Amino acid sequence: MMDAIKSVLRRPEAGSILSLIGVVLFFILFGGANLGTLVGAASWVNFAANLGIVAIPVGLLMISGELDISIGALIPAGSMTTAILTGYYGLPIGVGIAGALAVGVAVGLVNGLLTIRTSVPSLIITLATLVAMQGVVLSASVLLTGTASVALTAPDWAKFLFGQLIGGSHQVIIIWWIAFAAIIGFVLHKTRYGNWLFAMGGDRVSARNAGIPTDRMTIALFVLSAVSATFVGICQAILFNSAQVSGGMNFIFNAIVSVVVGGVLLTGGFGSVVGIFVGTITFAIVSQGIYFTQIDRNWSNLIIGVMLLVAVLMNQSFRDLALYFRPRGKRSLPREPANP
Amino acid sequence: MNDKPAILELRNVNKSFGPIDVLHDISLRVRAGEVLCLLGDNGAGKSTLIKTLAGVHKPTSGQILMDGQPVTFAGPREAQGQGIATVHQFGGTFPLMSIGRSFFVGVEPTKGWGPFKIYDRKRANEIAVKAVRDFGITRIDDGDRLVGGLSGGERQSLAIARAVYFGARVLILDEPTAALGVKQASHVLRIVNEAKRRGLAVVFITHQVMHAMAVGDHFAVLIRGAIAADFRKGEKSREEITDLMAGGETMADLEAQVEGYMETHEGHPPSPQVVQGPAAP
Repeated sequence: MMDAIKSVLRRPEAGSILSLIGVVLFFILFGGANLGTLVGAASWVNFAANLGIVAIPVGLLMISGELDISIGALIPAGSMTTAILTGYYGLPIGVGIAGALAVGVAVGLVNGLLTIRTSVPSLIITLATLVAMQGVVLSASVLLTGTASVALTAPDWAKFLFGQLIGGSHQVIIIWWIAFAAIIGFVLHKTRYGNWLFAMGGDRVSARNAGIPTDRMTIALFVLSAVSATFVGICQAILFNSAQVSGGMNFIFNAIVSVVVGGVLLTGGFGSVVGIFVGTITFAIVSQGIYFTQIDRNWSNLIIGVMLLVAVLMNQSFRDLALYFRPRGKRSLPREPANP
Repeated sequence: MNDKPAILELRNVNKSFGPIDVLHDISLRVRAGEVLCLLGDNGAGKSTLIKTLAGVHKPTSGQILMDGQPVTFAGPREAQGQGIATVHQFGGTFPLMSIGRSFFVGVEPTKGWGPFKIYDRKRANEIAVKAVRDFGITRIDDGDRLVGGLSGGERQSLAIARAVYFGARVLILDEPTAALGVKQASHVLRIVNEAKRRGLAVVFITHQVMHAMAVGDHFAVLIRGAIAADFRKGEKSREEITDLMAGGETMADLEAQVEGYMETHEGHPPSPQVVQGPAAP
């Protein structure tokens, strides 16, 4: 039993699972929340799904040693492209969706190419594309439609796939999120590509020398994260039958907090999809579940801040636990850490 | 002694970076089952020489020969493909990866088919653990342990075992013992001897003369990018080698000059400006 607990603790997601348990217990014990109501509530699940689809590729990038914050502008870019093409110009919804995804591919390519061709940190590059894309989306919207908010009506099949409310409350994007997490989890932990990602995050030069196509992998990751962000935008536009140029900026910090709480090492080389998934749920419960407690909503950011710190500290200790783990404990621990 | 043909040979290799000449007319050869120790102080050009051997730099002039045939490497991967493996000071470069995973980075064994080809963790772990145990590091028994949790010597040994497993014929060890304690260093030296016994050509870079003398068959001392001395085992004492590495001849000249000055100046030492060593090239 102790061994089982310890082997869970050595995993990257240990901190996020404990954070989740801690937050739920806190809400029940001190906030008077009802566990059943909390679990049954749609609000945090919807929130988590929208955030989670962005957090997963952001987490992958972080594992590989990069960061992408341009997602904040790509969510409205995705919804506006869909709305302008379909709602304003009256093109089929398929064209709108394809157009939005193409915007994602284009910005992802720019992010990726700039990252591998220059020595500028990807944080700065994606900060530049974030700001630039905000300008592009606003200008294009005003120039083409004269407004900053465009309505659209999606046909039934598109509503069913991207904008349905299951049971009248749960957005269909939840299913997309779970499927996406399952696929990426498989790729990261079970295939060789996952191993390449961890190697890139550990030491990019050695990874390249070992024959890993680090440049192509980096570009692919940036494209994946940009496309995921526009996908969230598409789903929102179809669900709400309209799109605005603003919004999306919260996703940047929310995604990074979810990923870090989920046990991904900010400097790369360590993390798991389960961790990112649980980290996102934890974040969503703190920010949305607080409505089901007697705690004032205004406290939620304080809780998130404290939780982030506690989770990072826990992750640190669990990582050391993993580093100095010896299966049969025949010998004292070697204490010559490399540079964890 | 050993008259096998050289696996790797440098002939009159020069390397300049723009106007700065780093390597001057380097000629070296390493044979199978032989350890060539490259000695030199910091800044003597050791790193540039290693990088030239490993395909990172191309020589400005001169030739690199493998098995007597001239070769040019487009990059480190090509050198690796020819069997030249470099192991750096900190060995395992992926501290947060498991032994099995880091052993097979880039060449992961898989099982299954099509899109469901999965990384074969069990096999990777088995092979990695066996490879390193064959080198006498028996304390590594679980391929799931993280590389960062191994001791410095174990990490070096793992990296050397990995290079040998993937068919290295020439092993370039860049200061493998520099960051290690006495006991850990002796592990690494044992591994070097084992690699030599298996018929690898080893280029062992170090500035620790004792470590060099423990495993070396052939020594080359590098000073300011040129080979200042080239000798075989037993031809020079430790003191002579240390002296050479510190720019020994310059030192001796300086001493002679100082002594001469003192003789003619009633035993007063000269002011530093008066004494000038041989001008640097």
